[in-house]
Amino acid sequence: MSPASGVKAVEVTGVTKTFPTKAGLVTALDDVALSVAPGEFVSLIGPSGCGKSTLLRLIADLDTPTAGSITVFGKSARQARLDQDYGIAFQTAGLLPWRSVTANIELPLQLHGAERAQRRDRVAELIELVGLSEFAGSYPEQLSGGMQQRVAIARALAERPELLLMDEPFGALDEMTRERMQSELVRICGETGAAVIFVTHSIPEAVFLSDRVVVMSPRPGRIREVVEVRLGDARGEALREEAAFFTSVTDVREALHGTPGAPAARGVESR
Amino acid sequence: MNSTSVARTARAIALGALGIVLLGVIWEVYKLLGPAAGFELFGVQLLPRTSDVAMPHLWDMLARALAPANTSAASQPVWLAVALACLSSLGTAAMGLLVGAVVGFGLALVMLRLRVAESAILPWLVLSQTVPLIALAPVIVSWGGRVQIGEFEWQRWMSVAVIASYLAFFPVAVGALRGLQSPLVAQQELMHSFAAGWWKTLLHLRLPASVPYLIPALRLGAASAIIGTVVAEVSTGAKGGIGRLIIEYAQSGSSDPAKAWSPIAGAVLMGLAAAGIVALVALTLGRFRRNEVTA
Ligand SMILES: Nc1ncnc2c1ncn2[C@@H]1O[C@H](COP(=O)(O)OP(=O)(O)O)[C@@H](O)[C@H]1O
Ligand SMILES: [Mg+2]
Repeated sequence: MSPASGVKAVEVTGVTKTFPTKAGLVTALDDVALSVAPGEFVSLIGPSGCGKSTLLRLIADLDTPTAGSITVFGKSARQARLDQDYGIAFQTAGLLPWRSVTANIELPLQLHGAERAQRRDRVAELIELVGLSEFAGSYPEQLSGGMQQRVAIARALAERPELLLMDEPFGALDEMTRERMQSELVRICGETGAAVIFVTHSIPEAVFLSDRVVVMSPRPGRIREVVEVRLGDARGEALREEAAFFTSVTDVREALHGTPGAPAARGVESR
Repeated sequence: MNSTSVARTARAIALGALGIVLLGVIWEVYKLLGPAAGFELFGVQLLPRTSDVAMPHLWDMLARALAPANTSAASQPVWLAVALACLSSLGTAAMGLLVGAVVGFGLALVMLRLRVAESAILPWLVLSQTVPLIALAPVIVSWGGRVQIGEFEWQRWMSVAVIASYLAFFPVAVGALRGLQSPLVAQQELMHSFAAGWWKTLLHLRLPASVPYLIPALRLGAASAIIGTVVAEVSTGAKGGIGRLIIEYAQSGSSDPAKAWSPIAGAVLMGLAAAGIVALVALTLGRFRRNEVTA
């Protein structure tokens, strides 16, 4: 199911999104353009309220832009959703509490009428991929936050999407679990070859995971700068200690603050 | 079905039994220590007399329950007559609950599907429950009397079941609506992202999520159906049920005071049996009654 060459995974052009509220019109996104190549890992970073989630929701067709256009693998966002071209994961795992790990991962396959035997094989693969084989029959309430998030990621991957949309999926995890999940995600993306748009508040997380980091600014939400991170494909734990890693962290931090050599990005990392 | 819900049910049953025992103890203690003439204030009887006519001993009631209902040779013992009447009423109430639950759930689905329907229907549902049952019963009986389709002929007990369902549908409609609306926006959006339509979202998200709301609603509905059945039996004069027996035995009055209490005890046990049946159904749905998870 490889997309035709030259077709972008995601193409956002001139997208503006406003919300009518009691206090007046809120411009969540203002003339945003972004394109993501197949297999590319792109992070969105920026202070709270700069429109990261809004942008992701527009790409996922959970909401529609006020102006501008979005295509996913050359189709409209709506068609891409109907064709299940993307998988999505949010900050809260959003598992159905009455379904076991297996049944939660199976849900999209079941909804799309896959055959029982096929479903079983695919779910077994996915559980293996996210390292939860021992917990296949467990229920969400019996899992830690990190495990729940892995289930959510497995579920997002169920239909072999070429695009993964993730909104702060590790935001609620402790630092150690978080770093482990980042390494897992790098491995999983390597194995599936999917493009990823990943929303985060954490600069090191964005740098560790991404090919490109898109830095956004609030009121109105705009793309301020795009930082290329060239750390290569082999991303082991050692990468976090390399000079190139820190250089990129500094690049992103400066982009966030708009001035080179600005003091450490307080209030960004902490969120 | 898991062990905690089994334990929870066992505890509920034990507490229920304890409640009955406690009621019996209070009865006998009051009979022993209470004022013989009861207690009146400004001509209003506040506490009952403790005479054997007003308050027979529990053991007298029990002895009466075991004795034949009347003097004829073929007479059943009272307890058997009561048990058979209870079974008949329970069947009618179950029918009423079934119809009420189907109608209530159907209304909840309509209100879920059409936002306007919710604001249009809900006030009428509330209003419907304020109509006194006594006023309703004769109307339904007379309507029923006109129903005749081929071989099928409307029976008196069917009117009773309709009245029971009239009381039972309300808690089910309200509980089901709340349950069907309970999934979080995030869960609904997840289903949307899976390109699942309204029916699939209903089947895989809203229905399972509604179970924790439906069970208490059904319990309330069952209690309402039983009350509706007994009251309707009394007011329509339907034969064979416990409502009829309560009236019949009460008429033996002061000559046989212990007899009147048997059908009352039967009605109480019937209510408990209904609650027990709902609890058993709930046990099989334990999987859907887990608490919401938060990551
Ligand atoms: N449904 C909505 N209604 C009104 N305002 C909204 C809505 N969704 C987002 N916003 C506003 O749009 C802006 C961007 O929000 P969001 O995309 O959630 O930011 P982020 O994810 O970067 O923290 C915020 O000012 C927020 O208040
Ligand atoms: Mg957000």
